[in-house]
Amino acid sequence: MIRRIAERIGTGGVFVFVILVAYIAVAMIDLELARNALSVLGGLLVRIVPVLLAVFGIMFLTNLFSETRGIVRLLGKGSGLRGWLLAIAGGVLSSGPIYMWYPLLGDLKERGMRDSLIATFLYNRAIKIPLLPMMVYYFGWPFTALLSVYMVLFSILNGVLVEQLNQGGGKP
Amino acid sequence: MLLALLVSLVPRSLYGNVFTGSRLIDPFIGAAIGSVSGGNPLTSYIIAGELRLQGVSILAITAFLVAWVTVGIIQLPAEVLMLGKRFAILRNGISFFTAVIIALVTVLTLGWL
Repeated sequence: MIRRIAERIGTGGVFVFVILVAYIAVAMIDLELARNALSVLGGLLVRIVPVLLAVFGIMFLTNLFSETRGIVRLLGKGSGLRGWLLAIAGGVLSSGPIYMWYPLLGDLKERGMRDSLIATFLYNRAIKIPLLPMMVYYFGWPFTALLSVYMVLFSILNGVLVEQLNQGGGKP
Repeated sequence: MLLALLVSLVPRSLYGNVFTGSRLIDPFIGAAIGSVSGGNPLTSYIIAGELRLQGVSILAITAFLVAWVTVGIIQLPAEVLMLGKRFAILRNGISFFTAVIIALVTVLTLGWL
């Protein structure tokens, strides 16, 4: 029965359904808490919608103007140092929540982007240039600078390890 | 939706109560809490600042900060859906351990241990 429903509405649909049930359960126990969660959700949506539009805009443009060959050259197996630098810079400069970038990366992966570069891009999303002054305020310059440098270096290690261990295993 | 629900359900004061004071265990606890938390990194800085005032080690706090932004257990279903199960689990698993290692090397380099 559950399997049949999952097949009909998909894993994503089941996930959304479970969360909706969780919201209803929370509302039945504590209405104020559910209201607060909905208010947080509203704020979150206001923040992510512009980024989501930008991501889908980039996806549209890359599909329109870039050939798969170009993607493979820039971010594929033979991309070399340029690929790594693009993944690092892209991760650092990209904004918005991490999950907003999954569709674009999934699309680029299907068109030949290396797993290591996807992992490196996602890792570098951790470095938020606009938020660095806030981190400096809490932890000081030496800590902030050193942590940022280590995060860039470890993003490469992360990418290499993910690709090595992921070899042979594709999208389920 | 899940993120909004969890942010509302988990009180911030809970974070400080789970650390043991052990230099060995606390970085893993910090990374674990960072992994299951989500939202704007600014929130993690504020919580980290509060943890510091509560006397939690900088090693644990750094692991918490790094895991907050590199590991996403809440977003895992979306990552699995878009990038594949094996990739998502590997990436998050490796990011968890690198959060602890980054914390260690950062604190050691600064001589704060």
